[in-house]
Amino acid sequence: MEDRSAVRMENVTKRFGSVTANDHVSMSINYGEILSILGENGSGKTTLMNMLAGIYYPDEGYFYVNGREVTIKSPHDAYRLGIGMIHQHFKLIDVFTAAENIILGIEGSRTYDLKEVNQKVREIAAQYGFDIDPEQKVYEMSVAQKQTLEIVKILYRGANILILDEPTAVLTPQETAKLFKVLKAMRADGKAVVLITHKLNEVLELSDRVTILRKGQYITTIPTPVATEQILTEAMVGEKVTLDIDRPMPVNPEKRLEVRHLTVYNDERIKALDDVSFDVYSGEILGIAGISGCGQKELLEAIAGLQRIEEGGSIVYTDPSGNEKDLAGVPVREIRNLGIHLSFVPEDRLGMGLVASMGMTENMMLKEYDRGRSPFLNRTSSLKIADEIKNELDVSTPSLDTPVRKLSGGNVQKVLVGREIAAEPVILMTAYAVRGLDISKSYTIYNLLTEQKKKGVAVIYVGEDLDVLLALADRILVLCGGKANGMLDARTVTKEEVGRRMTNIVNEEAKA
Amino acid sequence: MRNKYEKPHDSVKEPLIHLVRRADIPVAKAWLIRLVCVLAGLLVCALFIMSITSLNPISVYASMFSGAFGTSRRIWQTLKDMGMLLIIAIGLAPAFKLRFWNVGAEGQILIGGLVSAAWMIHLGGKVPGFFLIILMAVSAALAGAVWGLIPAYFKAKYKTNETLFTLMMNYVALQLVEFCVDLWDKKQSHSVGIINGDTKAGWLSPLFGQQFAPVVLIAAILTAAMYFYMKHSKHGFEISVAGESENTARYAGISVSKVILRTMAISAGICGIAGFLEVAGVSHTISSLTAGGRGFTAIIVAWLGKFNPLAMSLITAILAFLSRGANQIASDFNFNTYASEILTGIILFFILASEFFINYQIRFRSKKGKEAA
Amino acid sequence: MSMTSLLAWINAAVTFGTIIMLGSVGEILTEKSGNLNLGVPGIMYLGAIGALAGAFFYENGNPAPNAVVSLIISLICALAASGLGGLLYCFMTVTLRANQNVTGLTLTIFGSGVANFFGGSLVKLSGGVGQISVAAASSAYRAQIPGLANSLGIFGTIFFNYGFLTYTSILIALAAGYFLKKTRAGLNLRAVGENPATADAAGINVIKYKYVATTIGAMIEGLGGVYYVMDYIKGTWDTGGGIEALGWLAVALVIFTSWKPISAIWGSFVFGICYWVYLYIPGSISIALAKALGTSNPSHMQNLYRMIPYLVTIVILILVSKRKRRENQNPQSLGISYFREER
Repeated sequence: MEDRSAVRMENVTKRFGSVTANDHVSMSINYGEILSILGENGSGKTTLMNMLAGIYYPDEGYFYVNGREVTIKSPHDAYRLGIGMIHQHFKLIDVFTAAENIILGIEGSRTYDLKEVNQKVREIAAQYGFDIDPEQKVYEMSVAQKQTLEIVKILYRGANILILDEPTAVLTPQETAKLFKVLKAMRADGKAVVLITHKLNEVLELSDRVTILRKGQYITTIPTPVATEQILTEAMVGEKVTLDIDRPMPVNPEKRLEVRHLTVYNDERIKALDDVSFDVYSGEILGIAGISGCGQKELLEAIAGLQRIEEGGSIVYTDPSGNEKDLAGVPVREIRNLGIHLSFVPEDRLGMGLVASMGMTENMMLKEYDRGRSPFLNRTSSLKIADEIKNELDVSTPSLDTPVRKLSGGNVQKVLVGREIAAEPVILMTAYAVRGLDISKSYTIYNLLTEQKKKGVAVIYVGEDLDVLLALADRILVLCGGKANGMLDARTVTKEEVGRRMTNIVNEEAKA
Repeated sequence: MRNKYEKPHDSVKEPLIHLVRRADIPVAKAWLIRLVCVLAGLLVCALFIMSITSLNPISVYASMFSGAFGTSRRIWQTLKDMGMLLIIAIGLAPAFKLRFWNVGAEGQILIGGLVSAAWMIHLGGKVPGFFLIILMAVSAALAGAVWGLIPAYFKAKYKTNETLFTLMMNYVALQLVEFCVDLWDKKQSHSVGIINGDTKAGWLSPLFGQQFAPVVLIAAILTAAMYFYMKHSKHGFEISVAGESENTARYAGISVSKVILRTMAISAGICGIAGFLEVAGVSHTISSLTAGGRGFTAIIVAWLGKFNPLAMSLITAILAFLSRGANQIASDFNFNTYASEILTGIILFFILASEFFINYQIRFRSKKGKEAA
Repeated sequence: MSMTSLLAWINAAVTFGTIIMLGSVGEILTEKSGNLNLGVPGIMYLGAIGALAGAFFYENGNPAPNAVVSLIISLICALAASGLGGLLYCFMTVTLRANQNVTGLTLTIFGSGVANFFGGSLVKLSGGVGQISVAAASSAYRAQIPGLANSLGIFGTIFFNYGFLTYTSILIALAAGYFLKKTRAGLNLRAVGENPATADAAGINVIKYKYVATTIGAMIEGLGGVYYVMDYIKGTWDTGGGIEALGWLAVALVIFTSWKPISAIWGSFVFGICYWVYLYIPGSISIALAKALGTSNPSHMQNLYRMIPYLVTIVILILVSKRKRRENQNPQSLGISYFREER
């Protein structure tokens, strides 16, 4: 065992301001194994590995690589020790070619010969079976191609310790299978492979050992053969979880939205939504499932009046008293002026839903400030709403004027969801409402949404966790590559069926 | 392999200096840091003056103090300098809050001054004085606004780089002024001289017997009004939202283009008024020197003051004192007045640097911290 | 237009163009590191006064100054002064993370103050009287390759009628182009300006690259100032703010060239042609325009013609903003300070 040791960490601590991201973590990585680092969002897995890769510098603790104590001050140091990391957000230069990205930062002769580099890249690609064109510009690449490029880049530099941060989050199942094959080949080659993940199936399928972190602390390391989903989940979340979400049957559902032939192009002029049709009912939660980037964002934004809709699409809104109105192409402010209470919790909380530098009170004004004819702001009602939300949702903030960017992720989300619910919505749309929140805060959000459903609100819930979607929603619309790929009954459908539809178009009209 | 409890290797290199972003800093401490930086800047200014004159630091500042505050006239001169700079900075503040880099204040001032001078020359004595003043002020604001709206339109429509666009507009305005000066100058002297020196038509009349009191008063009023506009009006709120995040503005239904156009009209309009005040209330002439670089200094004031009127007033006060003081020394020793630009640069660098010490904490790494682990 | 005036126009355009070519090549290197330095005019001022002061102190203390020695001294002083300006900018923006635009503008105010103060006061400070003049150094800067300008006819007048800095500046632009395109360091520098986090992760010392590129860029900009003071205004000083306008045009030229130093060569000469066009617009046009605008003196029209380079720049800016190709855009992280641990 001893001579296979690649990395050992002792008592590594990293703080960001008042937040402790890693609290005296000790662990080890061996050559010839795939080690999973498992933990929830915010458990400190990425921070820990970033220190090994030289992105962050630890506040306390020791690192040993190949048995020798080392100080890793920069990614450069990490490379010299044979450590390479593939980050979740790819570290690539968009306007460079693949080959230019690969040789970036490598020391060598004063000039370089791109032709020679291209040749060498092609050789590596052939050897491992990578699909890569060294002369392609990065901005023309798909996500999977970019990831391949990242791996080739690290291999080109002769890394022996590879760290991959949530590599499958952006991949299709086929691409994932391909990646796993490569990783296994690397293990056979004697390399140390570290996989940062929160997906249990990947851990069980791929790794030899699994190290679990929770809230910045090291919990345990388990050899995979003796691990089960149950053991891992308990270690990861700290207590036994059953997804116990209250799901009453919808009462008197009425059609609120009739979406027909919705087609939207995104900023890059790529078809993000392709002829999508479905209905939304009051008193129910409509879940939307799909791999990230399959049109979820554009769908919600189109309904909210924030996207240009192609000719032929319609979004007919029926209000509780039966009046109809086509909202396709109606801008957000006009929807508001029509008196339609449409609430929207966008994915990008601080960059879209809230103003990061403003306090709770001013953020309450964001969609209300233009009420009335006076040219001046009226802070009284916003102050009242902010105060109510702070008390009812138990938002922890030093004051109502503290910039919301200084609040924790969970509190930011409470502020945003609280505001949207305070607007007494008829339709409530949420995108990844629990991303980055711990279990108990997630439940707060689920309960809030279910409460709205009981009040007769039409709730649209875009989520990534299929277990939650199956437990929370009444119906599930699956999006696949911008197309509607089935409207399913959440009470009867299986997880496998939803997963299948997320990745393969099923030849059948989506039922409304 | 090394034992867990063994002391770390002595040869291990560690970064000596480690920067940490401060989570929060008490307001008082922040101002203390700023004060220390300003004092350090003033010290460097004194060293510079010492090196070119024979004065010691105390007599440097005694001399500068006398230049800025020595007589009641000098006090008013300094107040006027401060007021003019403050008006321009106040004008620029909303544009910068919107992250619109209006580097064109010079041109907007010139064009406002030019229009004012045109009315003075052509209508002086032909219309009632009060009417003339109003006409000058309104058209100066409008002319400045137009000068700002041109780059704003292209920024809103095509995202054209506004920094360089507004900068180039300065030179277009400058050439226009030179053209008009030649046009109106009857003596072929490349100068229009003091306009209406005999009739004083279009001159702002002194308040409380002070020539510069109207300028100072207007600066105070505009500062208060802008504070109120930014803090309490719906427009001000829209500027804050759109300046912070275009996506959030879109989400809230705010039209960013509209906000850009409206804000630049106001920003450049106020700079136009500054031009009017310079012509009608201070110099009573128009030339390529009417703006005098204040359009640039004001940018830095607006940025450093974080759009806080009190902070902006303080910075303009320091700058006005330095510039008046430097001019005093320049005239005592028969130097040119560019010395004040050097001092302005020095003090601004120090205030800029102070922000770093407010936002970041410097930690020197010691082994103690590690062993505590 | 006569051949003589056409040649004079070209000569003037090249002389003018050399100044802004140096300014913009320096700024291209700077911006490629992600630093948007609006202190170009200030740095050109520092280079100019450095050269002037260096030559002045040598020539003033020496009854028979050697032109070449004076030239070398002035060059060293200019590079030192402008390099210090670049270092100051880096210290403020990279180390202290101050806002780049504000730092640049402050540097312009400071540089202009230093240069105009000493330009106007050097003689007095050293106990003399009268205007500053460094004849020996200026003559060395303006020396032409013997024989070529006069013996080769029109060809000689167009191509050899300049001091050595004109040719040096073209070489610098070519070298900068080669550096960015062909060398490892150039590739790394471009990466730093595009995405410092990525460059950092690739093991590139972002801070070092920013410092070195900006300081060398500043030295090149400083040479622009040297050329202005030694060649363009022949070893004297003017406090009319001439360098400032040229400095801003150099910054604008960077956008025009799509951050390609080699395009700066011909781009700067085009700007030079625009700048001097006011002297070469036919009198008949001026008379007609003057009549239309109600002034009796057609020479007043020159004031309006002098807007042309700025108006052309504005038109270019607008056209460029409609340009969509990714390769022609500014470096992605231009204007943004980088701090590795920001989150």
